[in-house]
Amino acid sequence: MGKSATRDAYGKTLAEIGADERIVVLDADLSKSTKTALFKDKYPERHFNMGIAEGNMMSVAAGIASAGKTVFASSFAVFASGRAFEQIRNSVCYPRMNVKIGASHSGITVGEDGATHQSIEDIAIMRALPNMTVLSPCDAAETVFCVKYAAATDGPVYLRLGRLAVEDVYGEDASFEAGKGVLLRNYGDDVTIFATGFMVQQSLEAVELLREAGICARLVDIFSVKPIDREIIVKNASETGRVVTVEEHSIIGGLGSAVAEVLSEECPVRLKRIGMEDTFGTSGTPADLLEKYGLNGAAIARKVRDFVSD
Amino acid sequence: MTQNELDFLKLTALKVRRHIIEQVFNAKSGHPGGSLSIADLVTYLYFREIKADPMNPADPGRDRFVLSKGHCAPALYAALAMRGFFPEEDLVTLRKVDSYLEGHPSSREVPGVDISTGSLGQGISNAVGAAIAGKLDRRDYRVYCILGDGECEEGQVWEAAMCAAHYDLDNLCCVVDLNRLQIDGETEKVMNPNPIGEKFAAFGWNVIQIDGHDFGEIGSAFRAAADEKGCPTVIIAETVKGKGVSFMENKASWHGVAPNAEETAKALQEIDNEIKKAEVQNG
Repeated sequence: MGKSATRDAYGKTLAEIGADERIVVLDADLSKSTKTALFKDKYPERHFNMGIAEGNMMSVAAGIASAGKTVFASSFAVFASGRAFEQIRNSVCYPRMNVKIGASHSGITVGEDGATHQSIEDIAIMRALPNMTVLSPCDAAETVFCVKYAAATDGPVYLRLGRLAVEDVYGEDASFEAGKGVLLRNYGDDVTIFATGFMVQQSLEAVELLREAGICARLVDIFSVKPIDREIIVKNASETGRVVTVEEHSIIGGLGSAVAEVLSEECPVRLKRIGMEDTFGTSGTPADLLEKYGLNGAAIARKVRDFVSD
Repeated sequence: MTQNELDFLKLTALKVRRHIIEQVFNAKSGHPGGSLSIADLVTYLYFREIKADPMNPADPGRDRFVLSKGHCAPALYAALAMRGFFPEEDLVTLRKVDSYLEGHPSSREVPGVDISTGSLGQGISNAVGAAIAGKLDRRDYRVYCILGDGECEEGQVWEAAMCAAHYDLDNLCCVVDLNRLQIDGETEKVMNPNPIGEKFAAFGWNVIQIDGHDFGEIGSAFRAAADEKGCPTVIIAETVKGKGVSFMENKASWHGVAPNAEETAKALQEIDNEIKKAEVQNG
């Protein structure tokens, strides 16, 4: 198993599927960072740099899509979802245009660039939009699936990608199902952890630490935040009685809220949300930031242990 | 332009204006002022300029039209209905709960509406996208887009202007409806966007100034735009907000208010008088 950033898998997959002439890729002066440059190297005539103008980029993407194209528009998550929110709402989602938003550099593991560049609210605002699908893959194989799924499915998709090179969770032959979570570990009935993105890797570490401490946890990877897999949430919540969510995102509006919505409607159980606790990040190495905000494996294990024994 | 053609366009524009007043009156809300100021431009576009087939509204080779100032939907709906994209009798359902005629045009619902608009500044970017797609597909369709002058206060308009010139989109022709009024009053007092033509020129556009109610000038401008190669064209059309209804002309207060029954009767009377005269001229 190797190590790579989900943005790398994004760029490579775009280059791989780029033979399809319907695919057009836009970037906002960040093509080397979002990795759409890999597509540009192969298909320069279908890669358009939109410059540092994200709002225009999203509406242009919709215009290109109106002619039957599949458009991938990329920037950092904070600018893609935040600066261009209303363009995504009115130009892309309302008319249900075939636009995919490749949002790299999500979460705090952007690192040293600091709070202005760390998107911790994008899942919340993107999943609130009608017609939008929100995908948050944890590793290369899952990203490949998500990019191919997005390309093959009509309508808006938000792809949440990371900057940091992360450990593979899945082998290349892993298979995924759209809209379905993946039960990664099942050590017993004490608690179920639902994690998304890079927090899947951290939670994998946490469930092992918990096991050593005598707590038998389950871990579910929720890469499809919207639509969300209600069935896997309800089943595991009802069997374990306690639920923890982990995300590299605010605990307000993201995965924690999405899971809480399902649980409160279908299977009320105790819930602990782990994520950014209504605070902005700061500059630092990814490892230091994960430690500071309690989002590494050890911190997650600690929080789950406290929750389970509470 | 022949006298016959001119008479036809004048009569058609009067009918568009009549539909605008009726739609907004029936909806009890909407935007008569700006709809009336673009009525002549929209009439020319849909009856002379735009190649689109009401029987095949999704034809990939069709010319595109984007109403960036989407609140002036009544003018667009009138022209589309009169061209046969949908029944004229549906116009009075504007803004009603189960009507496909949304307050702002929706491409998912209205035959002939190429792109949904309503949020100012976005339509011109959508038009840029449609023009880029045309170039990519090596199709010779043209993309037309009408913007408001107040709309040019939106920063996105200038992002789009930069982008269109950067990609040499000579298949794109924008029109700025320069009626000098916006909701809160005169554009020059609210937030002066002028001189708009000079700004587009600075971004690398071909700029043409015209009287937006003179069909001869409108026609010449679109021909000149089609002949221009290597850059997009913007037509700065001097217009009168509320044009064609005496008590609405040049009044910002008619931006987004529907006329009551009495006002509607008066407006329709004025328009009908002009229609009678025009019909005599049309023989």
